[in-house]
Amino acid sequence: MKERNCIMTLIRYQKPEVAWSLPFSRVSTLRDEMDQLFDRIFQPSLDLTRETQLMDGWTPVLDLYEDKDSLIVKAEIPGMKKEDINITLHGDTLSISGERKFETRTDTTGTYRAERFEGRFHRTFSLPVSVNAEKITASYSDGVLTIALPKAEEAKPKQIPVSVK
Amino acid sequence: MNAVQEQPVRPEVVKSERQYMIPEVNIEETNDGYRLEADMPGVNKNGLEVTLEGNELTLEGHRQDAQIKGELVHRESTAADFRRVFELAPEIDSKNIAARIDNGVLTVLLPKAEKVKPRKIAIS
Repeated sequence: MKERNCIMTLIRYQKPEVAWSLPFSRVSTLRDEMDQLFDRIFQPSLDLTRETQLMDGWTPVLDLYEDKDSLIVKAEIPGMKKEDINITLHGDTLSISGERKFETRTDTTGTYRAERFEGRFHRTFSLPVSVNAEKITASYSDGVLTIALPKAEEAKPKQIPVSVK
Repeated sequence: MNAVQEQPVRPEVVKSERQYMIPEVNIEETNDGYRLEADMPGVNKNGLEVTLEGNELTLEGHRQDAQIKGELVHRESTAADFRRVFELAPEIDSKNIAARIDNGVLTVLLPKAEKVKPRKIAIS
């Protein structure tokens, strides 16, 4: 029996996710590999559906209520941790910002839909009246942030007595 | 094929007076099945209705009325409840579907039926 000559071609092994992230199949260079390494750090999931979300951003809805003593702001921000919500007041401008972080899951094997936004949001608006910064309170329940802003004394409506002579 | 398929809005839903908001969802596959998360701000356990009819899963969240005194000066929210319907693939073990809601986020866990999970076959 004759021994056949074999020529073995060594093909560099590419991990599946690396191959997927290269839409144009070209030979992966060391520079590509380094770029992808950085991409993966800043963008933990190469989920394409999420990219469109990033363009839109998250603008949580706000409602503003007013009664004679205070303003009340209601913001719909489900799935937040209290410590990731920031509320600041500069003069008459109220700023609500924060970051929604999803729990890291160890058992996820695939993603079918990713509509929920993950990341930062920021809403800023001018209050119609001055408020007493020291007396502002906020609570977060069922995914709704409620901020109570008592009006500054001078902003409250005052009854002006009419004297009859 | 998605195991959790969105059900298009049916005529009878449109005809009824109630209008619904469609909550945004994330659907992930896990080792044991699927995990669905839906944003439903203002909804808590009392207002949540998750029903399974055949292989149709309906998620409905009724918002609590904002007990806020005062005049609504600026409104961006929609005064509507949440509703979304999904069709489940037969591989999902309907008897063991679990749901909970925290901070306005509904989480539904849909396990795969035992026989569908990969099994190691013993070699005699």
